[in-house]
Amino acid sequence: MEYIIIVIAAIFVNNIVFAQFLGICPFLGVSNKLSTSVGMGGAVVFVMTLATIVTYLIFQYVLVPFGLQFLQTISYILVIAALVQMVEIILKKISPPLYQALGIFLPLITTNCAVLGVAILVIQKDLNLLQSVVFAFANAVGFTLALVIFAGIREHLELMGVPKGMKGIPIALVVAGLLSLAFMGFAGLV
Amino acid sequence: MNQKENFTKGFIKNNPVLVLLLGMCPTLGVTTSAINGLGMGLATTFVLVMANIVISLLKSVIPDKVRIPAFIVVIASFVTIVDLVMAGFAPALHEQLGLFIPLIVVNCIVLGRAEAFASKNDVLSSLIDGLGMGLGFAFALTLLGGIREILGSGAIFGFKFISGDAILVFVLAPGAFIALGYLIAVVNRLRKV
Repeated sequence: MEYIIIVIAAIFVNNIVFAQFLGICPFLGVSNKLSTSVGMGGAVVFVMTLATIVTYLIFQYVLVPFGLQFLQTISYILVIAALVQMVEIILKKISPPLYQALGIFLPLITTNCAVLGVAILVIQKDLNLLQSVVFAFANAVGFTLALVIFAGIREHLELMGVPKGMKGIPIALVVAGLLSLAFMGFAGLV
Repeated sequence: MNQKENFTKGFIKNNPVLVLLLGMCPTLGVTTSAINGLGMGLATTFVLVMANIVISLLKSVIPDKVRIPAFIVVIASFVTIVDLVMAGFAPALHEQLGLFIPLIVVNCIVLGRAEAFASKNDVLSSLIDGLGMGLGFAFALTLLGGIREILGSGAIFGFKFISGDAILVFVLAPGAFIALGYLIAVVNRLRKV
């Protein structure tokens, strides 16, 4: 039950994009087409879950015993960057089809603040390892959901008569605002 | 390019938020009030200036292949300094900005200036470039924070001028997206694109 609450809260109530403003750059950048947004979402689910496990273990078993918590930011960003590189190399070797699908999105993920954000959040929220994994996975699913919904709307938006100054990013931001308003309806669900 | 131009290009012509559309996460996340926007903007400016100076000094020492990780370590060090200093001297602001302070590390503006400018130019130009970009970022955040604060809570810099409720949605998450969307549309109109 506890895990179901974590999942629902992370996907709907505190959606990582619409309520917490993490990962806005890829959210605006790769949401032009539905197919690319699904690819990006898949890559984020994969990397975010893995990165959270690794950074959690590093925090609990390396930084805390040596009293080095102030190195959290530096160590996390390096671990995430190295991890993304490693995932890229391993995927290329063992699963070329998956690499084909996720490949071009992997380098972009290093600068996705959602990954670093979630890794720091699980420490702030004082979750245990299993809760952290569930939390990270659910947040990544929430990110994918937001991205896919948004991409679907933006594909239609291309064909609409938008005023000149509002074309592109401004209208996309207003649409995101309305979606965020819709997601606020989930507040109080858990 | 003279130094004055170095400064103003980041502030107005290539404003990182309103024109280049970089650093959207902190822009949307912390601008619930003008003072939060200003605090975040100044924290980022500090990181940007210091990282630009250090990277400009180290540009001949850092091997080309590992330059991005090296830049990230320099940036992360200054972010940690800002984080600790703010926690010590401005705990209330630190509490408000929360997660977005460590996330300055992945702010594309900082790494972008390190890669595009500081790694190719001398120290003084890099300093001025960082200052211009940083203050441009701070200006955009304060402007957006001010607009949201006026509309959302009927106050500016914490001084309330409307009694009772204002349009609450503007201090909530949806208002951030909508206000920024219209702000960029206005900027686009002024730039006549």
